[in-house]
Amino acid sequence: MNGIASIIGYGAYLPRYRIKAAEIARVYGRNPSSTPIKEKTVPGLDEDSLTHAYEAALNALRRAEIDPSEIEVVFVGSESPPYAVKPSATIIAEALGITPKLYAVDMEFACRAGTTALLSAVGLVHAGLARYGLAIGTDTAQGRPGDALEYTAAAGAAAFIVSKPRSDAVATIEAAYSYVTDTPDFWRREGQRFPRHGARFTGEPAYFAHIIGAAKGLMEETGLKPSDFRYVVFHQPNVKFPTRVAKRLGFTKEQLERGLLSGIIGNTYAAASPIGLVNVLDAAEPGDRILIVSFGSGAGSDAISLVVEDGITERRPKAPLLSSYIERSKEIDYALYLRFRGFICR
Amino acid sequence: MSYMNSVPRAWRERVTKYRLIGGRCKKCGKVFYPYRGSCPRCGSDDVERIELPKRGRVKYFTVVRSAPAEFKRYEPYVVALVELENGAIVPAQLTDVDADEVYEGMEVEGVLRRYREQGEDGIIEYGVKFRPVVGGGGEQ
Ligand SMILES: [Zn+2]
Repeated sequence: MNGIASIIGYGAYLPRYRIKAAEIARVYGRNPSSTPIKEKTVPGLDEDSLTHAYEAALNALRRAEIDPSEIEVVFVGSESPPYAVKPSATIIAEALGITPKLYAVDMEFACRAGTTALLSAVGLVHAGLARYGLAIGTDTAQGRPGDALEYTAAAGAAAFIVSKPRSDAVATIEAAYSYVTDTPDFWRREGQRFPRHGARFTGEPAYFAHIIGAAKGLMEETGLKPSDFRYVVFHQPNVKFPTRVAKRLGFTKEQLERGLLSGIIGNTYAAASPIGLVNVLDAAEPGDRILIVSFGSGAGSDAISLVVEDGITERRPKAPLLSSYIERSKEIDYALYLRFRGFICR
Repeated sequence: MSYMNSVPRAWRERVTKYRLIGGRCKKCGKVFYPYRGSCPRCGSDDVERIELPKRGRVKYFTVVRSAPAEFKRYEPYVVALVELENGAIVPAQLTDVDADEVYEGMEVEGVLRRYREQGEDGIIEYGVKFRPVVGGGGEQ
């Protein structure tokens, strides 16, 4: 349990509805057998990134087994908050019983915001400025109808509660390395409903350069190598990118597959690599080492190395596993999808 | 309508709505939702606030196919009387379930959802709705 801080509770949330990528391809006359994923999650009519975040946080609280009022930090990372101005963090904190002695704020850095929220909470807890911190990555991502992003833009949330290092925790964070540059691969201007992407920019100079930069930086600073990790989780905008970056960094399919869910849930943006980590924690054993590397456009990556603690065995069953949310699925067609996403004007 | 679009009302009700805060009469023991200052059974003012359990069963339900304007976009949806683990009965909307999937006795749990929007540019009100229980874990 040597490290910067421990995770004492973790949890995730996925909405009930799914749409198959082949159904989206059908509508636009594209080849249904060459889509980037199989299907993606779709939020219900009364859901948003805030309600997703609330349930993920509630699951993390169940595993942390602490009085919510002992939490002194709440960070919510998202690029799809329900309000442009008015924090989600305060509503989530009020609903969970965490207010009012609290340092709470929303964070935005495209798909990287979830791990950035986590590292920010870790920093305050490590510095002794807060006893417990809650960090959430959550999104209900939107793709413009007909755009390539529409196949993958999905919804979900993951949350973590951190404390000082302790052996009855779920896992302990031993190292972190962040890697950030100014890269215009994806953006949304103020007042615009949908984001745009610089198509040729999204791969090599954005996703690959930053993930590889952060992962290599962490391994160089710590002396760890790919074979030291039992599991690895990468940001997953599709299936191809994380599979390719794993190979380039020297990780195997066995290390990657438990934390790679984009093929069946889509790209959950700020929740994507955190949900991958949740699925790994649902199966990991004490002593396992995990590497998670996020990526957010604009652009940056956080690489975090964790070691699983003895407390995982007792804490894990106290909230639903991610598989419960994956199994709870109801398929909808493209027309219903448009209605759910508010794309039908009456 | 102006009462429904009142920001002070939504602010006063927020904790009650977010956390399912009910009342318990210290005189006759009646537990009720939502919280208010006097007992609906015996009229006593000696009432305390309690956070109600968020698990229960559907006791009665009905399908709303012609909703008031503010809930129009959710049609058709189910409203139910949910009997909570402690015996209290709360009126609630069900969510994440199709009308033809609901049955009396269905196990449900409370979740936080968007409840009402005060127009396109007004505040969003959140509150507890109930949905079929997910997974086996969770003790709250
Ligand atoms: Zn009474």
